[in-house]
Amino acid sequence: MTTIAELPPGFADKVLSAQSTFRSVMDAMARPGSVQRIVPVAGAPAMMMRGTAAIALTLFDHDTPLWLDARIAESLELVKWLKFHTGAPVVQDSSIASFALISDGGALPPLERFALGTSEYPDRSTTLILQVDSLETGRSFELRGPGIDGVAMLHASVKPFDLFERLHVNESLFPRGIDVVLVADDALVAIPRTTRIVSKES
Amino acid sequence: MNAPAYNFAYLDEQTKRMIRRAILKAIAIPGYQVPFASREMPMPYGWGTGGVQVTAAILGPADVLKVIDQGSDDTTNAISIRKFFAKTAGVATTTATEDATVIQTRHRIPETALSENQVLVYQVPIPEPLRFLEPRETETRRMHALAEYGLMHVKLYEDIARFGHIATAYAYPVKVNARYVMDPSPTPKFDNPKMDNCPALQLFGAGREKRIYAIPPYTQVVSLDFDDHPFEPYRFNAPCALCAAEDSYLDEIVTDDKGGRMFVCSDTDYCESRQAAGHHGSLSAAPYKEKAQGGING
Repeated sequence: MTTIAELPPGFADKVLSAQSTFRSVMDAMARPGSVQRIVPVAGAPAMMMRGTAAIALTLFDHDTPLWLDARIAESLELVKWLKFHTGAPVVQDSSIASFALISDGGALPPLERFALGTSEYPDRSTTLILQVDSLETGRSFELRGPGIDGVAMLHASVKPFDLFERLHVNESLFPRGIDVVLVADDALVAIPRTTRIVSKES
Repeated sequence: MNAPAYNFAYLDEQTKRMIRRAILKAIAIPGYQVPFASREMPMPYGWGTGGVQVTAAILGPADVLKVIDQGSDDTTNAISIRKFFAKTAGVATTTATEDATVIQTRHRIPETALSENQVLVYQVPIPEPLRFLEPRETETRRMHALAEYGLMHVKLYEDIARFGHIATAYAYPVKVNARYVMDPSPTPKFDNPKMDNCPALQLFGAGREKRIYAIPPYTQVVSLDFDDHPFEPYRFNAPCALCAAEDSYLDEIVTDDKGGRMFVCSDTDYCESRQAAGHHGSLSAAPYKEKAQGGING
């Protein structure tokens, strides 16, 4: 059994590391498609990328119900690390989660199973944090929408392969919808619900 | 000696996390007012407690902060907030718009065009543009949900019926990304066009009303109007008396009790840098120039 002392550490400097991580996430959300870097280092348990660990330490706490995909939920060390460092309650019902952590994109549940917000409170929706293979190479996508000056290009290798097609529901749901943060190691790209994505043949 | 009595940038980490999550949702839903658990700040409501909380949640040690109050860097409100963050976060402060990475503002947008690496934080007294038309929060929330903004157009129409033109001069309602009608805070409508397609991220914080909202960079912001009464920014028809600027928003300053007045830029940094660059207006030195008695200019 892992004791607390054996868990990977959190941020060395809680305050400034969280601030720096938040600014990367904020810039990513404000400029969809732009690749932001997470600078601060935190000890990440197995299966958790550096970027995901930093986002968890920055945004999760007792107010944010978490939904974990099966592969993450099976890792006792990771669940214990999240619980110790963030105190966020882990929930089985994805429709009440503030954040969902997904390491196995292939097994991503249908997006309707997450909280999409209501027409009156569209902010009460789940933010998906999805670990992907790469945000530099892979298929090309054209992004348009608020935060983008004309068109932004994204090259990403993402599972599920049809993620961006599935995100088309955001168009008809708006202002309800799902916001997604893609993480590959220390790189991150955010796809807020306003972003429209077209796949390009590469 | 003693450890610091408060956290970096004053707010505790749990509060910052809560505000940061609200900011992310606000950016994802442009123009929508995200409720947040606003804290009491060591300054009264109306002094920018919403803007201060947003600034505290985003500010880092590498940031350079500028604070303006109605365009001026030198008023009590601007100086207090600048000092507050210089003390609690140790950040560098500036009055030069182009040097700042975070600009907190009360009721103006700087004249100098903003850039991509800047964040503009607005202090907002009443975030709900429909509040004076419909006092019930449950109703205004439903109106936003249904994008039912007819009432706002009726209000603007009544302006036209009564005055012959849209008489709303500040807090002029805008529509963000063709969806939410938003209060731009009590900025003069002169500033409305600057919000459209702006390269900088714009964040709005209302402390007493507990709302945060945002306009992402490069987002369409349209001032509401009618085909036959298009939106027109208003400006006094005069050059700045100090820097001769013809394109800046002007304050009217009464100089005596005989109807004397002067018009000067409301944006002090813009005005000062223009004067430093050699532009001079009709009253450059001072409204009253000292002169010797019986002098030839008398």
